[in-house]
Amino acid sequence: MSRNNTIRRQDYQIITEMIKDGSTVLDLGCGDGSLLLHLKQTKNVSGYGVEKDDRNVLASLSNGINVVQSDLEHGLEGFGAGTFDYVVLSLTLQAVHQTEAIIDEMLRVGRQVIVTFPNFGFWRHRLQIFLGQAPVSKELPYQWYDTPNIHVLTINDFENFCVSHNARILDRVVLSERGRPIDAIPNLMGALAIYRFDKG
Amino acid sequence: MTRSSIGDVHPQHMVFDEPILLQCGETLLSYQLTFETYGSLNEKKTNAVLVCHALNASHHVAGTYNGDEKTRGWWDNLVGPGRPLDTNHFFVIGVNNLGGCHGSTGPSSVNPATTEPWGSTFPMVTVEDWVETQARLATKLGIEIFAAVIGGSLGGMQALQWTIDQPTRIKNAVIVASAPKLSAQNIAFNEVARQAITLDPEFYGGDFYQQKSLPRSGLKIARMIGHITYLSDDAMDVKFGRSLREDVLRFNFDTEFQIESYLRYQGDKFAETFDANTYLRITKALDYFDPAAKHSDKLPATLSHAQANYLVISFTSDWRFSPKRSREIVDALVANKLNVSYGEIDSPHGHDAFLMDEPVYHDLIGAYFDRVWKECKDE
Repeated sequence: MSRNNTIRRQDYQIITEMIKDGSTVLDLGCGDGSLLLHLKQTKNVSGYGVEKDDRNVLASLSNGINVVQSDLEHGLEGFGAGTFDYVVLSLTLQAVHQTEAIIDEMLRVGRQVIVTFPNFGFWRHRLQIFLGQAPVSKELPYQWYDTPNIHVLTINDFENFCVSHNARILDRVVLSERGRPIDAIPNLMGALAIYRFDKG
Repeated sequence: MTRSSIGDVHPQHMVFDEPILLQCGETLLSYQLTFETYGSLNEKKTNAVLVCHALNASHHVAGTYNGDEKTRGWWDNLVGPGRPLDTNHFFVIGVNNLGGCHGSTGPSSVNPATTEPWGSTFPMVTVEDWVETQARLATKLGIEIFAAVIGGSLGGMQALQWTIDQPTRIKNAVIVASAPKLSAQNIAFNEVARQAITLDPEFYGGDFYQQKSLPRSGLKIARMIGHITYLSDDAMDVKFGRSLREDVLRFNFDTEFQIESYLRYQGDKFAETFDANTYLRITKALDYFDPAAKHSDKLPATLSHAQANYLVISFTSDWRFSPKRSREIVDALVANKLNVSYGEIDSPHGHDAFLMDEPVYHDLIGAYFDRVWKECKDE
């Protein structure tokens, strides 16, 4: 799944800040392994990526990353409970079918979970819907007919989900369109949301 | 870089006079191992790679004998100059396992004590015994540490066992289409093959050499059943389907379908070249392999002293050693926080896919050995 590079860098930056030195990380949908490589170099992190795509598996392997070829939709069976300090799902939550099951699995194998997703409630998206079009933006760079994104969720939706699923939010960073952290009316002004949470 | 075969190669022999106590409790006072090497050992002796063979292969991994195409090694598409396991970088060793029939001491060799072929008296050998003898060979060749040990199927089991028994002498293990132990179904197939051999009247309880006979039909049937399990239903359907050798049905028991003809040919060829007693022992070694048995069936505990980095590969259509079995290995390695990567290759070719030149598969192995090569250079 190709992701916008600028968005990716901003998202990696915040994830890196959230992760403690020397911890263990499972990165779901690790792509070419660049997040894990960055975490290895800057935070002395050890860990594994999970990736479905052949080319990405090869790229991760070439990057010196541990990568396990598997489809996230089949869950994380095989990884023991509490194996990792962090399980990361970067810019993929909106594209998985079994969202509830995957978050449960992430909370099982990781002590903490970090997810990042584009905020559908961002004002520019709302405006496009108001004008009668499915939103297309830097964060949601797809047309309605070719998007891998099957769930549209907002910051409010996700926080409600955490409440109803007994997940305790430990940290939230919301970024503006320009990648700057914002505090005011995040569900309207935020383009990208990054959450760190645990079982509560 | 061009990818090519290594060209002509020559087998070598090494005699060991130090007795070896085998896992079955018997001792061999001396034995010989036949092996081949490709590429050259670097000055620091850090670039050696051991290739372990599966059921019916040998030390002859790559290259040809006297330019004869028919003698091409069993993993020639993987091992050679510019190939995924690049002999321009690595010193590659193939060994015929103890108990084999391609030059190493085995049931068809002469027992020095009796001056007769060992036959039925040759002891059972196990994966652990093979690892021990391979390690002794490495020592004699001046190799303290292998950069990698690689194998498919039963060969993969040896690579896994290396990381358990010799954790300080192996840096990387590449385990292809393998399993941490056989399933009941796998043992069942092996038992059918063994029964075919032992019930052949020409087998003489394993001492057929003295009778100047050969249990051809037993070996043939053993090979036929084995061969079926190495292919997938789909692959067989694509290759043979229901096609007939002639246009009409003859309503007799001659070979009518192409698949029958193919299996009979493979079986006949095998029966002429392979030793029945070796076949029996190798299938037993497969059945006995279960490193976790000593650790209350817990594979993670079995691997707790392992230090190697791993690449594990399986093939989607392999039902004899399914991806699930490879994942058991991967999960046990992850539980020990060991470095491991796992590729689940989408292939229609069943278990035999590990011998084929599939780009996605070979690219993964090539990328992994590039990493191994960088480690060698950095030392």
